[in-house]
Amino acid sequence: MGFRAAVITFPGSNCDRDMACALELVSGTAPIRVWHGDAELPDNLDFIALPGGFSYGDYLRSGAMAANSPIMRSVIAAADRGVPVLGVCNGFQVLTESGLLPGALMRNASQNFICRTVPLIAENTQSAFTRAYAGKGTVHIPVAHHDGNYFADEETLDRIEGDGRVAFRYAEPCNGSRRDIAGVLSAGGNVLGMMPHPERAVEDAQGGTDGRLLFESAIAALV
Amino acid sequence: MKVRILVRLKPGVLDPQGRAVHHSLDGMGFEGVEDVRIGRMIEMDVADGTSDEALNSMCEKLLANMVIEDFTIEKLETAGAA
Repeated sequence: MGFRAAVITFPGSNCDRDMACALELVSGTAPIRVWHGDAELPDNLDFIALPGGFSYGDYLRSGAMAANSPIMRSVIAAADRGVPVLGVCNGFQVLTESGLLPGALMRNASQNFICRTVPLIAENTQSAFTRAYAGKGTVHIPVAHHDGNYFADEETLDRIEGDGRVAFRYAEPCNGSRRDIAGVLSAGGNVLGMMPHPERAVEDAQGGTDGRLLFESAIAALV
Repeated sequence: MKVRILVRLKPGVLDPQGRAVHHSLDGMGFEGVEDVRIGRMIEMDVADGTSDEALNSMCEKLLANMVIEDFTIEKLETAGAA
């Protein structure tokens, strides 16, 4: 059996292999690789990952073209059925552009590409993605993005905060994000978008393992 | 028919790009610039009968992100017209 995960690759994705390696390392099962032009996802998935990168060269807006690619109709349908969907970096941008998550990711306030390890706080440790962060305090996970400045109107921000949908917050200002929001959950809690890259922090050789907890949470949630 | 679509950031949405350009203009010695906002212009050739509804839908679903942007649609001359 094992953990049946899929990693979607869009033209311009560049963290899909890292994501697949991290999923295999933590779950023991290699995920299925899915191309954006496929109309259907494999059946009975336990987990879907939208990786980082620059899908469609970030043309128009980051994630906008990928959000309308054929596979996303199946991803949206799976998310509506409750399948866990993780979008990291460009994957987060695809999730907001597709309407699965609220808000938008704008150009970093500094205008600079930010590539460094940042301190994060898991604000919600009840979700299927974040349970293993309970009691861990501040954790450290790398970011690498130009468009990570989370924006939503005040009413939406109040709503998602009130509903416990802020999964991760930067422990110090990073990119201009409203309320330092780094990761957001869907209303159902089964879709998580985040700018930091947990797949880049799963083994000691990467300089830290705080990202591993996210995959461990997701795998444990299935048992 | 030629259609020109202007996509602009909504009022109140911070425009880091516009702010950086504003700063550069100030640095170059241009005086009196009070604000800079950067948007996007999209020109399309579409079939003459294309409905306003279809054009609006294109903007709402892809060309603009309604969370942060507004759009205006301007129809230019029809192909073959003087």
